[in-house]
Amino acid sequence: MALLQIAEPGQSRAPHEQRLAVGIDLGTTNSLVATVRSGVATVLADAQGRALLPSIVRYCADGRVDVGYAAQAQQAADPKNTIVSVKRFMGRGVKDIDHLQNAPYDFVDAPGMLQIRTVAGVKSPVEISADILKPLRERAEASLGGPLTGAVITVPAYFDDAQRQATKDAGRLAGLNVLRLLNEPTAAAIAYGLDNASEGVFAVYDLGGGTFDLSILKLSKGVFEVVATSGDSLLGGDDFDQRVFCWAVEQAKLAPLAPRDMRLLLVKSREAKEHLTSHGEAPITARLSTGEFVDVAIDTETFCRITQTLVQKTLGPVRKALRDAGLGVGDVQGVVMVGGATRMPQIQRAVADFFRRDPLNNLDPDKVVALGAAMQANVLAGNKPQGEDWLLLDVIPLSLGIETMGGLVEKIIPRNSTIPAARAQEFTTFKDGQTGMSFHVVQGERELVSDCRSLARFELKGIPPMAAGAARVRVTYQVDADGLLSVTARENTTGAEASVAVKPSYGLADTDIERMLRDSFSHAKEDVHARALTEARVDGQRLLEATRSALAADSALLAADEKAAIAARIAELEKVLSGADHRAIKQALDALNHATEDFAARRMDQGIRRALAGKQIGAL
Amino acid sequence: MQSHFDLFGLQPAFAVDEVRLERAYREIQSRVHPDRFAHAGDAERRASLQWTTRVNEAYRALKNPVQRASHLLELHGVDVAFETNTAMPAEFLMEQMELREALEGATQSKDLGALETLQKRIDGDKRTLEQQLGERIDRQKDYAGAADLVRELKFLEKMEAEIDAAYEAIE
Repeated sequence: MALLQIAEPGQSRAPHEQRLAVGIDLGTTNSLVATVRSGVATVLADAQGRALLPSIVRYCADGRVDVGYAAQAQQAADPKNTIVSVKRFMGRGVKDIDHLQNAPYDFVDAPGMLQIRTVAGVKSPVEISADILKPLRERAEASLGGPLTGAVITVPAYFDDAQRQATKDAGRLAGLNVLRLLNEPTAAAIAYGLDNASEGVFAVYDLGGGTFDLSILKLSKGVFEVVATSGDSLLGGDDFDQRVFCWAVEQAKLAPLAPRDMRLLLVKSREAKEHLTSHGEAPITARLSTGEFVDVAIDTETFCRITQTLVQKTLGPVRKALRDAGLGVGDVQGVVMVGGATRMPQIQRAVADFFRRDPLNNLDPDKVVALGAAMQANVLAGNKPQGEDWLLLDVIPLSLGIETMGGLVEKIIPRNSTIPAARAQEFTTFKDGQTGMSFHVVQGERELVSDCRSLARFELKGIPPMAAGAARVRVTYQVDADGLLSVTARENTTGAEASVAVKPSYGLADTDIERMLRDSFSHAKEDVHARALTEARVDGQRLLEATRSALAADSALLAADEKAAIAARIAELEKVLSGADHRAIKQALDALNHATEDFAARRMDQGIRRALAGKQIGAL
Repeated sequence: MQSHFDLFGLQPAFAVDEVRLERAYREIQSRVHPDRFAHAGDAERRASLQWTTRVNEAYRALKNPVQRASHLLELHGVDVAFETNTAMPAEFLMEQMELREALEGATQSKDLGALETLQKRIDGDKRTLEQQLGERIDRQKDYAGAADLVRELKFLEKMEAEIDAAYEAIE
């Protein structure tokens, strides 16, 4: 609603009206929460003053869940129940995971997303991620002194629909109102762009713990436009640890390791990698459970040699993104480095060589994403007056397609399309009296369905029986601002709305989320109720506020009877809002939403007319 | 239905003022984008999503020469018929076959230099075709005649995509 909220110049929202919004970087290795305070983005630290929360969760037999440093301390002692780098499993099946044998977990191959068996039961990556988000939410609420209006959670730009959906589900499960999923490199660009008031073409090279993203952005006058993005959602700092680990195993001539030794040596390998950032050599020493003592040392030269293919692997997506953007190396004015893994000197060198310029490192590569996310959350929550905010235009990283005859893919929305984007297609029946059709939506760039990722299969039922080829079914694929897909279908000749059931191939159905929410409360009923009531009240308040400010700005767009109808719905919602019946609130809320539909559309039309009028005056 | 040009307050023409188009696009986006309505009610969020989607689609179409031309021809009642009309001048087809052979050769021998040469060639051909299209549509108003050129341009666009794919395959 920030758009048409017109305040007197100089008059801004009173401090107590500031909506509490945070940005969360849900990382493979570490997670952070940040917010904007008095106009400055800051990372919120825990009670001990630590900004980073290791993305590690340990499930104990007594039901206790340790997250962060406490879990990290136990990872070698209890590897099976201590989950690290869960982000790599988001929206993924067992068959998708490389180095599965090197992960000490007891995987369960569930349909769609894999799960992990722990002493506290079988956990999905969504639940584990929610357990990382919960202490971050609590940290923010304690620090800001109240419940959060909403949060922006960052995802790798190259995350597909399943991985995004899983992340959003984790946010909901952690009790967050997810305002937006924001791409990590875009978040970093916001932090950099606003910090330096930059203009021009920038590349963001984001090598995190488990994912690699490369985004090309055009920055100009408060607009951040992503022109191309590319990457590898299974390549990150973890892989460098893995290389060091394998090298150490070979050097020390170790037999296959027990899970806890494997974890121990991986931790030591990571420490050695970090040590090599500022030293020429790093020791790897560990006492294994077998009594064996590992004592090897790795030097910079060896480290560079065994990781050279990984460094090279990041340059493929860089070239691809430049080609997609139709730009050359010379067009790029700056290269922003993001992610702890970019501290490795060989990465810095490779990027500098490729772009023929020194990369930008002036913001902390571990914090820059959370800071940018906090800035965006502040805008989305409506805390910025118009004119001081900015516009973010992001893209879909992978093409969406549907399966056609012979297992081929027909692209419906090409990669790097600015989101939101949609595409409608018409289909007809193949046989007389056919009442159903089935669809298969995939994501990826390849021509064969089997080479792409399956997103959803759905069946369209209830088509009125007609002669073959007579029905006209219009299917609309919509990708929203989070990069998430939804599908609707309608039979056009009879106007009958046919039902669509989208069965996610990966990700969770809404009923799963509800079940997990219920499971997460010990005293199921009251808590679920209390929560539903709180949520309904927050939604109700928000809608009332939004509607009132819309009326204050544009009531001229409404006829007297329309105004009266909306006023009546407002009064109804106000009446039930203080009650304890969340269903009544939901009903009144829906009624008010319905009553303001035309008004919303007219306001939007007016916005466009004003935009064009403004432009023409400006152009004269 | 409002044309893509109307949406941005532009005169329908193949020669499009890219600066004006971009400015209008950004002006509109800054008013309708979902980021402006993240905490608004459902009705406004839905309206915002629909408008932004429409604006993005129109912008993408106007920026792309093939889509811009097809849209213009459609406004004048001419169907480009990409699917059904595959007739092309023999000379153009011969040339395309040669280019395709060159592409295959470059891919097989992993010759990045040859790919670059090909890409430059296609770029040049595209620019020439686009000039001819502007002439045909904006000056001669020969919409039916323009349809042939649009199909040729589409051919070159496909070729361009194949060159990109070849780069990826080689790297």
